[in-house]
Amino acid sequence: MTQARERIGDTLLALENVNLAFGGVRALSDVSFEIREHEILAIIGPNGAGKSSMLNVINGFYHPQEGAITYKGKKRKQMRPHEAAATGIARTFQNIALFRGMSTLDNIMTGRLLKMRRNFLWQALYWGPAVREEMEHREAAERIIDFLEIQSIRKTPVGRLPYGLQKRVELGRALAAEPDLLLLDEPMAGMNVEEKEDMCRFILDVSDEFGTTIALIEHDMGVVMDISDRVVVLDYGRKIADGTPDEVRGNAAVIDAYLGVSH
Amino acid sequence: MSSATPENLDTFPKLCADQAAKNGGRPAIREKNFGIWQTWTWAQVAAEVRALACGLAALGLKRGDKIAIVGDNRPRLYWTMTAAQAIGAIPVPLYQDSAAKEMTFVIDHAEVRFAMVEDQEQVDKMIEIRSGDGRLDQVIYDDARGMRHYNHDFLHSFDDVQAAGREFDTANAGFYEAEVAKGTGTDTAIILYTSGTTGQPKGVVLSFDNLVRSAANGIAFDNLCLDEEVLAYLPMAWVGDHLFSFGQSYLAGFCVSCPESSDTVLHDLRELGPTYFFAPPRIFENILTTVMIRMEDAGWVKRRMFHYFMSVAKRCGSDILDRKPVPLANRLLYAIGDLLVYGPLRNTLGFSRVRLAYTAGEAIGPEIFAFYRSTGINLKQLYGSTEASVYITMQPDGEILPDTVGRPAPEVEIKFTDSGEVMFRSPGVFVEYYKSAEATAATKTNDGWVHTGDAGYLNEQGHLKIIDRAKDVGRLNNGALFAPKYIENKLKFFPEIKEAVAYGDQRDYCAVFVNIDLAAVGSWAERNNVAYASYQELAAHPQVLASITRHIEAVNRDLSEDEKLAGSQIERFLVLHKELDADDGELTRTRKVRRSFVADKYDSLVEALYSKLDHTHVETEMTFEDGRKGVIAADLQILSAKTISSAPPLKAAS
Repeated sequence: MTQARERIGDTLLALENVNLAFGGVRALSDVSFEIREHEILAIIGPNGAGKSSMLNVINGFYHPQEGAITYKGKKRKQMRPHEAAATGIARTFQNIALFRGMSTLDNIMTGRLLKMRRNFLWQALYWGPAVREEMEHREAAERIIDFLEIQSIRKTPVGRLPYGLQKRVELGRALAAEPDLLLLDEPMAGMNVEEKEDMCRFILDVSDEFGTTIALIEHDMGVVMDISDRVVVLDYGRKIADGTPDEVRGNAAVIDAYLGVSH
Repeated sequence: MSSATPENLDTFPKLCADQAAKNGGRPAIREKNFGIWQTWTWAQVAAEVRALACGLAALGLKRGDKIAIVGDNRPRLYWTMTAAQAIGAIPVPLYQDSAAKEMTFVIDHAEVRFAMVEDQEQVDKMIEIRSGDGRLDQVIYDDARGMRHYNHDFLHSFDDVQAAGREFDTANAGFYEAEVAKGTGTDTAIILYTSGTTGQPKGVVLSFDNLVRSAANGIAFDNLCLDEEVLAYLPMAWVGDHLFSFGQSYLAGFCVSCPESSDTVLHDLRELGPTYFFAPPRIFENILTTVMIRMEDAGWVKRRMFHYFMSVAKRCGSDILDRKPVPLANRLLYAIGDLLVYGPLRNTLGFSRVRLAYTAGEAIGPEIFAFYRSTGINLKQLYGSTEASVYITMQPDGEILPDTVGRPAPEVEIKFTDSGEVMFRSPGVFVEYYKSAEATAATKTNDGWVHTGDAGYLNEQGHLKIIDRAKDVGRLNNGALFAPKYIENKLKFFPEIKEAVAYGDQRDYCAVFVNIDLAAVGSWAERNNVAYASYQELAAHPQVLASITRHIEAVNRDLSEDEKLAGSQIERFLVLHKELDADDGELTRTRKVRRSFVADKYDSLVEALYSKLDHTHVETEMTFEDGRKGVIAADLQILSAKTISSAPPLKAAS
């Protein structure tokens, strides 16, 4: 991963002392870390450690009670999901959230929505500039289809696809928004070894080809250690480690969190 | 045919220039890219080939050098063949799914200096091959994806090579024309490595004369014209693809289309509606299996309609296609069926416009063959080989006998050895096996006759009937004739059976290994709420075994009606715990079963079939797609099937 190291740039997003609670349940306590440009950051931790909450905070779905988020140099306490999307954050979900009755192509096209300039009326008329715009976006969608090697399912309703392929389509939709920061919530959950290998390759290729910054949650330690530049470990809503895969692997607190220790 | 191939058009680069002059504005090749068919005209192809040829020359490719071509069917890879030939180099296409180790053999044997490959996957293999000792001077790739960080100085992108070629062309005016003019018909056009059901692959050297004459004969035989539509999807390293998608296109000027990816072939087939289609029997089997599965899932109205009209088609469809007299009532019913069933079916499969479909490579089950012909698809059989530049025999229109492979093709002579082996002589007969005079001498006689290795005979109508590989036809210990392929083909017609391997030569009875078809059996399991976690589990399911037993007994019934083969009915069988796979060496790259290899690998299972055991334990090594190996273990049941004693009781009854 030497080449990967060289391309990592400045801080893209920084979280400072984020606290998130639902009533009496503290989901995140005093978590701070940063995501740097072009890196692949893995967020790991046992079940209920607050990993998904973390992603939800980053893309503005949850609003932390305390703490600040600095994204692209702008500091803000809260962000709404559509603002996050408009400023270049795209994500996939732990439980696939695609339009099941729509085709792969149409699902990916929905990812282009924020890029469309013509309004609804133009599109309904489907004339002149609207046609040109549609062609532009279709081309972008086709590039993604080509990139993810899903040509054979272009017109298949996603509800009929196997799970692994649905995950790939979801990645495609997130990529369609041409994000600067891509959040992947368990992109490899429920996949077999071959599908995982494919997905790893796609994630590395995304980072490589588009320079996208990626934050991902993953349980498969082999995958995490292989593809990420840096790992943040959460346990009971607290950050217990932050460093390169090798540093984290040897960290006593991490080993305790995973293997269990009497408190 | 001399009119179509004037003396001066004796190589493909010359033919390419000729097409560009005659049909410059007509489509020559298409590729689906980003969901849209992109077309190159003959004039464009000629320009692309020229730039590439000059680029290769600038990189140092010389007359007589070999260039390996590895990848799916892509226009740029086809152009590489012409471009290499233009400057006198020899293309050596390789099977794109071979592992690096298999490729190394060919690259060493053919002394390949250059490689033109499709993408990162193949580049990685080339890098691995190159890391040995000084193999491969230059590697050129088509698709740069994923290779941002590859900075080896021997790697070049296709576009860069062409750009350098254009400069070279301007600086060396007349170079290209002079190089093309140097080529003659007797030059080596290509070396095709045969996958080889036994031993190491052999490099079949074919000259331009071989290919151009054979291609022209095929065009004349079937009246191929400028407007044919062809889908190029079979491996480029296979002689059939080379002749149909490359050679004949250059001669007749028709357009060849390359599918988007190997997974989209069936979609692309449907969009394109080829008029001239070639597929090995396996593909026709797979399509039929898919149709049958989907019909099982259809509503009862559709299902009834399908089965009713298929029985009509069975009665009279083939005769209608052959323009034979058919009673009016049947003709009317068939017309209705065409409207309701056959037409829509052909359309779904992409065969609406097909004028001519060929199958070859292996015997096709008579039932499968009849299915296609009866639904109005002019499917014909062809018997050929790499050593013959494809054509040995082919079925003429209107003279289709399902159990034969037709009459000798134009300019082909046929004779038989005393043991019944087929021999042929034709203008397509290969020059030699590359660097293997011994193998050449063993196959080709001094006066140009070639041994095929197949046993067969000419029937009364003068059509060739192939029984089996000459060396595979055997006898049971009781003297009954045993033709393994015949039995395997009968079994494989059942949609649930993907592959079968029959044993019996010098044994007491016939026994088989069966591979279930995961698509067909999986669909059955889904409909019947049978849960399974893996291929292995499904293959051992009692209901699956019961159904396979029924199929085996049905085959035994068929065999019992055949006087000669009644003695070789299947007595014992087992369902294998893994799919036979080319990666494990069990199938050839063209997916033919390597019977003796399978017998060696699973010798404990073969022995169990001939013992009294009713189950046995087995551990098998298998290779994953990335080349790693794993072991699977299974307890296999060995089952017995009922045999039917035929009218004259044989000694076998004991």
